[in-house]
Amino acid sequence: MGERLSIKTERDEQQLFNSRAIVAGLIVLFALGGIMTRLYFLQIKEHAAYTELSKQNYQKHIPRAPTRGQIYDRNGVRLADNHAQYVLEVVWDSVPDQNGDGKKRWNDMQLMLDRLTKIVPLSEKDLRVFGQQVNRRSRYQPTPLKENMTEQEMAMFAVNKSRFPGVNLERRMQRYYPLGTVASHVIGYVGRIDDRDLERLDKSNYAGTSHIGKIGVEAAHEGRLHGQAGYDLAEVDAHGRHQDMIERKEAVGGQDLILGLDINLQLKAEALLKGERGAVVAIDPRNGEVLAMASVPTFDPNLFVDGISSKVYSELRDDPDRPLYNRALQGAYPPGSTVKPMNTLAGLYEKVIWPGKTVYDPGFFQIPGHKHRYRCWKKSGHGGVSMDYAIAQSCDTFFYDMAYRMGVDKFSGYMSLFGFGKKTGVDLTSESDGLMPTPEWKQRRYKQVWYPGDTVNIGIGQGYWLATPIQLAHATASVAMRGKRIRPHVLRAVRTAKNKPEQILEPEVIAQIPARDQRHWEMVVQGMVHVVHASYGTAKRIGVGAPYTIAGKTGTAQVFGIAQNARYDASRLAKRLHDHALFVGFAPADNPQIAVSVIVENGGGGSSTAAPIARRVMDAYLLKKYDDEEPSEEKGEVEPADIVPRVEGAEE
Amino acid sequence: MISGLLPASLLKMLQRVDLVLLAALSLLVFMGLVTLYSAADTEISTVYRQGIHFVIGLVLMLLFSQVEGKTLRQFAIWLYGIGIVLLILVLMVGVVKKGAQRWLYVGIDIQPAEMMKLAVPMMVAYYFSEKPLPPRFLDILVALILVAIPMVLIMKQPDLGTSLLIALSGLFVIYLAGMSWWLIGGSIAVIAVAAPLMFNYGMHEYQRQRILTLLDPESDLLGTGYHIYQSKIAIGSGGIYGKGWLHGDQSHLDFLPERHTDFIFAVFGEEFGFLGNLLLLGLYIFIIWRGLYIASKGADTFSRLLAGSLSLTFFIYLIVNTGMVSGVLPVVGAPLPLVSYGGTAVVTLMSAFGIIMGMKKRKRIYQTDE
Repeated sequence: MGERLSIKTERDEQQLFNSRAIVAGLIVLFALGGIMTRLYFLQIKEHAAYTELSKQNYQKHIPRAPTRGQIYDRNGVRLADNHAQYVLEVVWDSVPDQNGDGKKRWNDMQLMLDRLTKIVPLSEKDLRVFGQQVNRRSRYQPTPLKENMTEQEMAMFAVNKSRFPGVNLERRMQRYYPLGTVASHVIGYVGRIDDRDLERLDKSNYAGTSHIGKIGVEAAHEGRLHGQAGYDLAEVDAHGRHQDMIERKEAVGGQDLILGLDINLQLKAEALLKGERGAVVAIDPRNGEVLAMASVPTFDPNLFVDGISSKVYSELRDDPDRPLYNRALQGAYPPGSTVKPMNTLAGLYEKVIWPGKTVYDPGFFQIPGHKHRYRCWKKSGHGGVSMDYAIAQSCDTFFYDMAYRMGVDKFSGYMSLFGFGKKTGVDLTSESDGLMPTPEWKQRRYKQVWYPGDTVNIGIGQGYWLATPIQLAHATASVAMRGKRIRPHVLRAVRTAKNKPEQILEPEVIAQIPARDQRHWEMVVQGMVHVVHASYGTAKRIGVGAPYTIAGKTGTAQVFGIAQNARYDASRLAKRLHDHALFVGFAPADNPQIAVSVIVENGGGGSSTAAPIARRVMDAYLLKKYDDEEPSEEKGEVEPADIVPRVEGAEE
Repeated sequence: MISGLLPASLLKMLQRVDLVLLAALSLLVFMGLVTLYSAADTEISTVYRQGIHFVIGLVLMLLFSQVEGKTLRQFAIWLYGIGIVLLILVLMVGVVKKGAQRWLYVGIDIQPAEMMKLAVPMMVAYYFSEKPLPPRFLDILVALILVAIPMVLIMKQPDLGTSLLIALSGLFVIYLAGMSWWLIGGSIAVIAVAAPLMFNYGMHEYQRQRILTLLDPESDLLGTGYHIYQSKIAIGSGGIYGKGWLHGDQSHLDFLPERHTDFIFAVFGEEFGFLGNLLLLGLYIFIIWRGLYIASKGADTFSRLLAGSLSLTFFIYLIVNTGMVSGVLPVVGAPLPLVSYGGTAVVTLMSAFGIIMGMKKRKRIYQTDE
């Protein structure tokens, strides 16, 4: 065997090679058959899936942001608008080689910017922000270089544009509030979408949107204002460069909103509060439309649109007068005597009082068996007090007695029917609940039992009771409507397109407040009319010369407690410690068209400070007297007439 | 007189060229240039340059086809010996680029591993041409050592891909020489056991990573997996008929990396579809078969073994590239032979086909003519 193998024969070797070559050829066939099988799976079996992946690769939805709806007042005055803003943008990849080294480096960008700044001045900040952003983006995507281009800058750039390939002027829509600080708490503002917004919004609809309503109508009606985003389906390459447009879906602009706000009335209210801290809320009681909602001081919402600087923001935030705070919705104040008409209705409903009932006021009230005196504001006492006189004179003793006999449960229960202690549900953001105290609440909050004295205090709108100006206006409007509660709202109508008619929104009736006898409403309203128009009314001065009947109620809310026998000496107290002045009312009393609540923080007495403001708001609205310049001679002067001192820790 | 002489000698030279193989190669190169035009975003200069590479390759093919087996075999020992010396020099005084020591500086940087692609099969074929076939175990062992020496030297550089290709070209000679099937089966079994050990202890991290990425390319979409992912999308989205020439979205929108070199097969697959791929692979099979056929018509054992080995090495290039691009083999950075853009590869491969052609037995008339 071995011998035979050792002999080299050409024929055998040829045959051996041939057989090996054939086997090798078959292996080649087999292996490439394997590759073809693989290709069969990729190209035929899974073709659809890969086609989809390929589309995902090169087709890109470029969102088209809808135009945000505009906001108008009831007269058609524009409150929020969109302005074109021009931004200078740079696409790095399109910036040519500047220094002739054949390469495109940062150095070339720098040289280009140096040339550009001679034509359009670029600030240190522009360059810094641009430098940070340009490195984070694709070289093929535009990066903003300078925002808010002026007419002159745009013209200068346009003339020299050919010298700056890769630099483009882009138009962007920016929110603008033409009236500045006016009604800023109601209108609110938009700001850049942040992480918190991202969590709750529909990302596909906001893909091209940079701003979102942050507060006020802008936030509360974001859904209506924003509109439906469209898109361009474009072909893009691996670097995100756009090649061709495949399909376009136009965006549908947001709805225009027409507010119930009467901007003239709003201006008047804000002017009346000028220099003070306070709020005025005016509601049309017939349909719940908010006619004016002033919170003073205000701020300029335009500051927030493009990102407020932290310095300006901290100035606003740390301002002791708190301009960012919407007093009309967020401010919870003791309602004081303004709620006495509602208290009266509670007493009538719970049969603690009745139309002919009188209470003797010696100048104070005492819980039977206790020594402590709850003082009436009138030290000498009112003597025998009827229901009507109690309202008109704001007799504390009458209401101390009534609340005491009613008990807290019934009292709070009935007051809740007016909406106290709960948000009114007005279509604005950050409304406060206020507080309608109950024994359960006190137990929960302070781990203390409810004392009878607590009931006595809330009988005159003090103690733990807190109400917001909108709650007071709403409750007053409900009295004006004889118990019909209609939800206050700022959005009066919407318009889906410029050429379409307005659709007026239906007012929402919340409830009918029950009364033992419908005539009780008229009696209470009568008492309120006497506040203004009777010779013994606490606000009789504002009734002078009124061509219509006002039903109102003054109130003074204590800021701090004074000792049992101390005298309240307004002139000697710091302004911050002065009482809050309040007034609620509606007019005309027999055909109510406007319900108003006024609060002036540390304004002193309700009759002297708040009531005149209410009168002039009513004049403005009912008589269209928007621009009378009566000197406010009553202001600053504190009348002891309506002061209701309360003693802290009265129960000892 | 001279003007009359030249065409005559050229005609004589052309007789040595296998026209069938040349036609198939030309068709392949033409398909390559068409695909390249698309892959290079219709930039004609790239196609033009590749055309020049092909023409240079043709000239070298013509020249190499004149060399007979008995002439070439005399150079086998010298070429191999010099190659080994150069490889050792590379490891001692070689030029380091990109973390690998693969080059020698002799005025220009040369890569001795490249010449071993020819020297190793020549050396093994030479060795077996002296021995009785089928080879005895001892001869196989010697042949294996002849293969192992350059392989290890190249692996040290490190250049795993080239060392494996060179080893394979040598192993093909051993196989074609008639190594017994039992031994082949046993070796495969040994490799199957050794491979996992090799993976764990004999590989560089980047090589391991390539294999791991192959097993789960989706795991590293932004890194190594991206190439495979995008090329699979390109091929898969091509479907049966393809998206049409110049209409591959994947390649024209820049999603496909290395598309005029290593991943040109994906461009072809996307634009010409499954049917195009059948045609292309069919053409490759034809070329390899023709190479093996010419080998079987070799003048002597050395000629047959060398031509057969070179044909099969061409097949390896093909399978490594198509396997990589279609996502069944690791990404090793190998071009699609004669289609991918690249001068060196085209010129080398055309020369190799010239050598294959030269191995064919001379016709009697031609020999008497001499």
